[in-house]
Amino acid sequence: MIENRPFLAFLTHLVLIIGVVIVVFPVYLAFVASTHGSGDFMRGLVPLLPGPHLVENYSFMLNEGISTAGAPPLSIMLLNSLVMAISIAVGKIAISILSAYAIVFFKFPFRLLAFWIIFITLMLPVEVRIIPTFKVVADLGMLNSYPGLIIPLIASATATFLFRQFFLTVPDELMEAARVDGAGPMKFFRDILLPLSRTNIAALFVILFIYGWVQYLWPLLVTTDSRYYTVVMGIKRLAATADSEPQWNFVMAAVILAMLPPVLVVILMQRLFVKGLVETEK
Amino acid sequence: MQAKRTIFPNKILPYMLLVPQLAVTLIFFIWPALQALKSSFEREDPFGFRTTFVWFENYRRLFIDPNYVGSLSKTAVFAFSVTVLSMSLALILAVAVNRVLRTNRLYTTLLVWPYAVAPVVVGILWWFMFNPTIGIAPYLLRAAGIDWNHRIDGTDAMILVIIAASWKQISYNFLFFVAGLQSVPQSLIEAAAIDGAGPFKRFWTIVFPLLSPTTFFLLIVNMNYAMFDTFGLIDATTQGGPAQATNILVYKVYTDGFIGLNIGSSSAQSVVLMIIVIALTAIQFRYVERRVQY
Repeated sequence: MIENRPFLAFLTHLVLIIGVVIVVFPVYLAFVASTHGSGDFMRGLVPLLPGPHLVENYSFMLNEGISTAGAPPLSIMLLNSLVMAISIAVGKIAISILSAYAIVFFKFPFRLLAFWIIFITLMLPVEVRIIPTFKVVADLGMLNSYPGLIIPLIASATATFLFRQFFLTVPDELMEAARVDGAGPMKFFRDILLPLSRTNIAALFVILFIYGWVQYLWPLLVTTDSRYYTVVMGIKRLAATADSEPQWNFVMAAVILAMLPPVLVVILMQRLFVKGLVETEK
Repeated sequence: MQAKRTIFPNKILPYMLLVPQLAVTLIFFIWPALQALKSSFEREDPFGFRTTFVWFENYRRLFIDPNYVGSLSKTAVFAFSVTVLSMSLALILAVAVNRVLRTNRLYTTLLVWPYAVAPVVVGILWWFMFNPTIGIAPYLLRAAGIDWNHRIDGTDAMILVIIAASWKQISYNFLFFVAGLQSVPQSLIEAAAIDGAGPFKRFWTIVFPLLSPTTFFLLIVNMNYAMFDTFGLIDATTQGGPAQATNILVYKVYTDGFIGLNIGSSSAQSVVLMIIVIALTAIQFRYVERRVQY
């Protein structure tokens, strides 16, 4: 700080505290709602202080779930989300690092074409090509399966770019030395490049894990069998009851549980998360 | 395109390395996109027996359909409002965080986590707060004399989705603004302070112009977000209603294609969306190239 102005310092903290309250309040309210009994929502206004049914509501949702909504227990959906998010993150990183390696360290015909085919995926989010993509997946018999949930989302131009940028900064001498020592391309990749990319991989993993976890439209389309529901899409089914008010205490317990894993990842891995975010978006 | 000076001489290996990514891209990205392009020029009879090639008929119908034109303008209003609201709030918070040195990390942690909340969950949270029967927001608004009901009133519904979408996006913009602010040279600010410029003048004449690359980048990213990543949010709150008031383009592609089963029209809409993404991405990359030369 350049000069000492007590009023400005006060204003700064005030702005930040208001900001934090705005950001936290909806989740606080959801948490409060998840600790009440079903009857507490009849009185007209949502309760503002926690109630006594915390353990009861959460264990009910985790173990049984609201079966009338056609959704399985939350523990199954959480597991599906975890499988999906981790596989997408690992898969994206694996295929991107290999293709970036090919593009940077080799010279071959159609190199530019390959680069552009990968680049174009940036411009085709699932949302704009849903029907034909759904059809491809249906034709391949991948509806209601983990591969169907994971593989169509696995191509990533941004991850490829990130690795490409990073590989371009690796000094040429490193590879020359490796070649003089008789290392083949795969040995160089495994023993030198991979260890060097460790932080990049970890940072990217955080971002891609979240990307996989929050997917909604795609799981909604490919899963009709409740065994493969992910938590983010399952929640919608809980909240959308046709002719009665949703059971808010249970819905909000599900909301909190669906938010917890990715939010924890962001908070615990903040340094890596920021690095991954700022770099992948360049 | 750049490559290394020294390269491995293998002939087959690079193709092997590329196969996984290219296979996924061709099967699940390029091929479906081409299919969308193809069926956007076709019309299927109601029983699905015959498809006829109709040139630009689907597009022509699209742009004279008041629902589609309405959806276009709703999308513009939505994307513009979300971008302006979330970026301005994020900038205020980022400037504030940049001023407090010691508690900086604590505030940052408390502000960034909504990034990790799924749009559909954001939708449910805000729908709950604005629920006309038990929500806290309509209760307070009623006390102020405003009757809130986003299930009936289109403007209320639009305000609801704008607030919800902005709430999630503040954290993202905040991080980029903080990164931008921290790269502003401290010496410039000190020099201006010695010349007698107060904190607000320093911000508008020095800091804000230096942030313009970040601001421009965020402008594009936010428009992209509002147009394409808010599907779940709309689905959880208003489902495009009431009376099409929040039926933004991505939501309409889905409802027309999957629920209305109007493949030709839905494909034409997909193609329009692809053109929009291509335009936004192209602008973003031109800008990135420029920034690299700084």
